[in-house]
Amino acid sequence: MTDLSASSALPAAASAPVTHNTAIDDAKPRAGNTPTLAQLDLGQAMQVLAVQAPAHAPEWADWLAEIGFLPGEAVKILSRGLPGGDPLVVRIGQSTFALRRAEAACVQVQAPDTDGASA
Amino acid sequence: MTEAVIHVHRGGPLLALVGNPNCGKTALFNRLTGSQQKVANYAGVTVERKEGRLLSAAGRALRLLDLPGTYSLNPRSPDERVTCDVLAGRARGEKRPDLVVCVLDATNLRRTLRLVLAVQRLGLPCVVALNMADLAARRGLSIDAEVLSRELGVPVLRTVATAGEGVAELRALLDDKAVWVPAALPDSAADGAADGDHERIKQILQRLQLDQDLPELPSDRLDRVLLHPVAGPLILAAVLFLLFQAVFAWATGPMDLIKDGMAALGEWVGGALPEGWLRSLLVDGLIAGVGGVLVFLPQILILFFFILILEESGYLPRAAFLLDRLMGSVGLSGRSFIPLLSSFACAIPGIMATRSIANPRDRWVTILIAPLMTCSARLPVYALLIGAFIPARQLAWGLQLQGLVLFGLYLAGIVGALCVAWLLKRFTQSGAQVRPLMMELPAYHWPHPRNIALGLWQRAVIFVRRVGGIIMVLTLLLWLLASFPGAPEGASEPAIVYSLAGMLGRGLAPLFEPLGFNWQICLALVPGMAAREVVISALGTVYALSSGGADAAEALSPLIAQSWSLPTALALLAWFVFAPQCIATLAAARRETGGYKTPALMLAYLFGLAYLAAWLTFKISSALLA
Repeated sequence: MTDLSASSALPAAASAPVTHNTAIDDAKPRAGNTPTLAQLDLGQAMQVLAVQAPAHAPEWADWLAEIGFLPGEAVKILSRGLPGGDPLVVRIGQSTFALRRAEAACVQVQAPDTDGASA
Repeated sequence: MTEAVIHVHRGGPLLALVGNPNCGKTALFNRLTGSQQKVANYAGVTVERKEGRLLSAAGRALRLLDLPGTYSLNPRSPDERVTCDVLAGRARGEKRPDLVVCVLDATNLRRTLRLVLAVQRLGLPCVVALNMADLAARRGLSIDAEVLSRELGVPVLRTVATAGEGVAELRALLDDKAVWVPAALPDSAADGAADGDHERIKQILQRLQLDQDLPELPSDRLDRVLLHPVAGPLILAAVLFLLFQAVFAWATGPMDLIKDGMAALGEWVGGALPEGWLRSLLVDGLIAGVGGVLVFLPQILILFFFILILEESGYLPRAAFLLDRLMGSVGLSGRSFIPLLSSFACAIPGIMATRSIANPRDRWVTILIAPLMTCSARLPVYALLIGAFIPARQLAWGLQLQGLVLFGLYLAGIVGALCVAWLLKRFTQSGAQVRPLMMELPAYHWPHPRNIALGLWQRAVIFVRRVGGIIMVLTLLLWLLASFPGAPEGASEPAIVYSLAGMLGRGLAPLFEPLGFNWQICLALVPGMAAREVVISALGTVYALSSGGADAAEALSPLIAQSWSLPTALALLAWFVFAPQCIATLAAARRETGGYKTPALMLAYLFGLAYLAAWLTFKISSALLA
């Protein structure tokens, strides 16, 4: 089971350099060095700064917002799958969601106290 | 009432239950409609739109729609579109609801309030049911319903749908004329945009003093073990293992009871009736055929006992999480998991459940591979063949060989499905895209014994109805074909060989001869197209007629154990892992995809796979056992 999945995402990225595969580079920091949800450590409490969808899936921004990824919401990673830490279990606000890493990489995060709004 | 009134109102004002997925809408629906009217699926296209009748406290008859759960009013999948169309008044054959009951998850107001605001913006009158109030209280969340009501400008009721709390109050509220009028929107929300919603919800939560973060929940502690990268998959494997062991280990007692009962009945009927066609019809046709299928009821119930517990507890989405990498590697989203899992009960609801998949290509692939999941109709066939050919040997660690083989058969179906999905990913253009998961993991609940009992009862009724309906009809039809015309004068073989069915079976035999199937099996496969279990009753009838009258009521399994070789039995098992022996599944695929292309492809590739797998199994096992 596991070795099948370990190799999955990589060949697609390597063979198709066109735009629709940009989400593969999820683990790397985005422009401006804003950390994303995909890079957090387990249990590290952060809040959502913004959601930025990849070019190949612009609809993700709306979908993530609908399930609660809105600026200021408390967010942290509860668990990571094996292998390669994908997918993730994420606590967003009061809900728990399973996200793939590419989706988590759309969520830019910041430390909870920066805008003084935390309770 | 005049006819015109009935025509316009169709039985009274229309209410709709709207809310996020998994917030307790259907539980509330069942409580509200109760025994007044059974909860039935709507005929035709929209299976997910359920309708029932409820009475207000004053006895006014109202119609209630249970709509698919949605996170927003921007639909992204066919099932969410149903909800949005109904609310917008666009749904065919349905008027716009007169009142919307917004069901909120009290443990997660922050997200569910967004939908309430969106519904209000549509200008629909709305009532809020603050559901799961008990769970929220247990988490230390106290929600002031009055404050919330003032903030939203609509009535708010606290409910615990699973226990029936707050249902009477809701009925009483429906007699209040004021609730049927849309609430005036506050200025900030009246501009028709959702942009202000986030701020408004923040304010509401602040006023309710609910804006603090969530403490650690018992579910989180459980998840730390169950979703652990190493322990999680091991536990999942252990759970599935236990399931298949139990299907054999627990079922023997009740199965023997049914078997003995059938044998006694057959003997009694055989003794009470004179020799002739009526006795043959009852003993060879009904009791040997239909009774042979009924024997498997305990195993089906054990399977569903486990499935129901997994469904009720909240573990299923976790299983999907644990298997997500695997799904992703074959080009499917995590959303395909639940439809595929439903297919273990039956591929038809599984194919319908694909409506929750947003991506049309993913939906199509999921429909194509759903029949490879081992449905419960296959279980009796597997159980018969395993019981007859695989010794009930204990292996190490208390494992049973029979349960292990069953596990292997289920696994073969899953692996086959993954391979097909992978091939489609590899060779289709859209296969290489990254697919979203975004799946909610609900808090764990203890399964309600009442729900489990109810679910098992429904399953038992469905199975017995199948046995008494389609299986019996086909078995009798086969008996008829197998009994006429009778044997010619001086015939040396049993009469069935000379019958229509015998000719059909022997006509098909050359086609299946490379797989090691004899003509009796070929014959049984034909009515088995209608329903898989019919193969058992058909074999029961065929062998009862072949063996002559004396031991007709004898159980099927020793009969086939004597007359088939082990490679034949294994090849038949391999055949059943893949073969599309179910016309209803093909019909469902046609209905859901709106054409004959998909079912034709399904039929062709599944028969191809089945033939190949059975041939390989027969050849390899023959060589090994030689």
